[in-house]
Amino acid sequence: MTGERPIGEDDLQSFVDGRLPPARLEAVKAYLVDHPATAQQVEREIEQREALRARLNFKAQEPIPSRLRIANLMAARHRSALFRPAAFAAALAWLVIGGTLGAWGGIWWASRAWIQAEAVSVADNAIAAHRIYVSERLHPVEVSADQEAHLVQWLSRRVGKPLMAPNLNAQGYRLIGGRLLPDSGEAAAQFMYENADGSRLTLYARSGGNETQTSFRFEEHDGVSAFSWIDRGLSYVVSSKTDRARLLSIAEAIYKQLDATGDPAKGRL
Amino acid sequence: MDEIASLLEPQIPGLRRYAWALLRDCEAADDLVQDTLERAISRWNQRREGDLRAWLFAIQRNLFINGIRQRKARGTRVGEEALNDVPAPGMSPESHAGLHDVLKGLDALPEEQRSILLLIGVEDLSYEQAAQVLDIPLGTVMSRLSRARAHLREFMESGRSAVLRRVK
Repeated sequence: MTGERPIGEDDLQSFVDGRLPPARLEAVKAYLVDHPATAQQVEREIEQREALRARLNFKAQEPIPSRLRIANLMAARHRSALFRPAAFAAALAWLVIGGTLGAWGGIWWASRAWIQAEAVSVADNAIAAHRIYVSERLHPVEVSADQEAHLVQWLSRRVGKPLMAPNLNAQGYRLIGGRLLPDSGEAAAQFMYENADGSRLTLYARSGGNETQTSFRFEEHDGVSAFSWIDRGLSYVVSSKTDRARLLSIAEAIYKQLDATGDPAKGRL
Repeated sequence: MDEIASLLEPQIPGLRRYAWALLRDCEAADDLVQDTLERAISRWNQRREGDLRAWLFAIQRNLFINGIRQRKARGTRVGEEALNDVPAPGMSPESHAGLHDVLKGLDALPEEQRSILLLIGVEDLSYEQAAQVLDIPLGTVMSRLSRARAHLREFMESGRSAVLRRVK
């Protein structure tokens, strides 16, 4: 191999990408045998290149959304500038919603019934989770309150909507932590609180369909009381072994705090 | 029109992946891809003879960078997409395979290094195409790529050793 060009960073990068011509490949391999520290770095870089590809691959496998179809984009271009697609679609949606509400109020009531049914099942799941974990002495929570910021960020990410753990000090409860739970194939978050007597309370939240807001619903199973409601697409259930009036004041306090955080959807890019 | 569609549509999956990797928000990423495709359609006739793929990725990256400049001018707004950047050590299944961490590492790099890793390492652009997208000479592509990979590697190694220290 006398007279060959010395190995450069461009050779090493082409090696990482698997893009070296055969003759040069042999030269780089020989170089790496003589330079184990560099060889180790190159190996790491190949692993990280593969990891990045594997992590991002899902996006290229998704079916193309219809709004990105070239035919649809070109058709939209021929429309008048007054009818910008997004604005037009939004206006049309409002017309449809208006018409549906006006003429088909019955459908609205039917969907209310469906929403109520969904709220009931979320409440059932929340109460079941409450029952299992409040009695747990060793591991009541997965992530404890001393990592509150991490806990809230983590659960928000998994549930898919920004959450917050309300401060219930005024009600005598302090946050002890939370956990992630499965609920009908979706991720749900449970925050657990405890008061000075060791009595526990849980706030359960999961993504709650299309409904933006409902009123409080109360139910009670075997001594566990629960108030549930939907707000901004999230179903909330607060559960505790306490009486209805006391739990209602806590539910209202939670609702007010969540409301005061503003509408997170407006912060979207 | 069929010709434009048959040339552009095969590029959409890659454009969506690059956009998502930069923005980490599905809606915002598809907005960026839509802007890219609309611009490509409107400038189809001005397209210089040359590489279509490099031309499209260049349009998309320039729109992304201009978008960042505009957002900076209006002040930063943090949306739900920021949630995706939150590290979840040991909690998500991906992290066990080191997959979550590699995105964290990517986020730690400046945009020009992120873009070069994505364009070459993920989108399989040639070094010449990458030079065209980033509007830099070929030699700069190679040294920037080398720097980006070294930074990612150092980030991943220091992240890992920090975890080990904590365990002790």
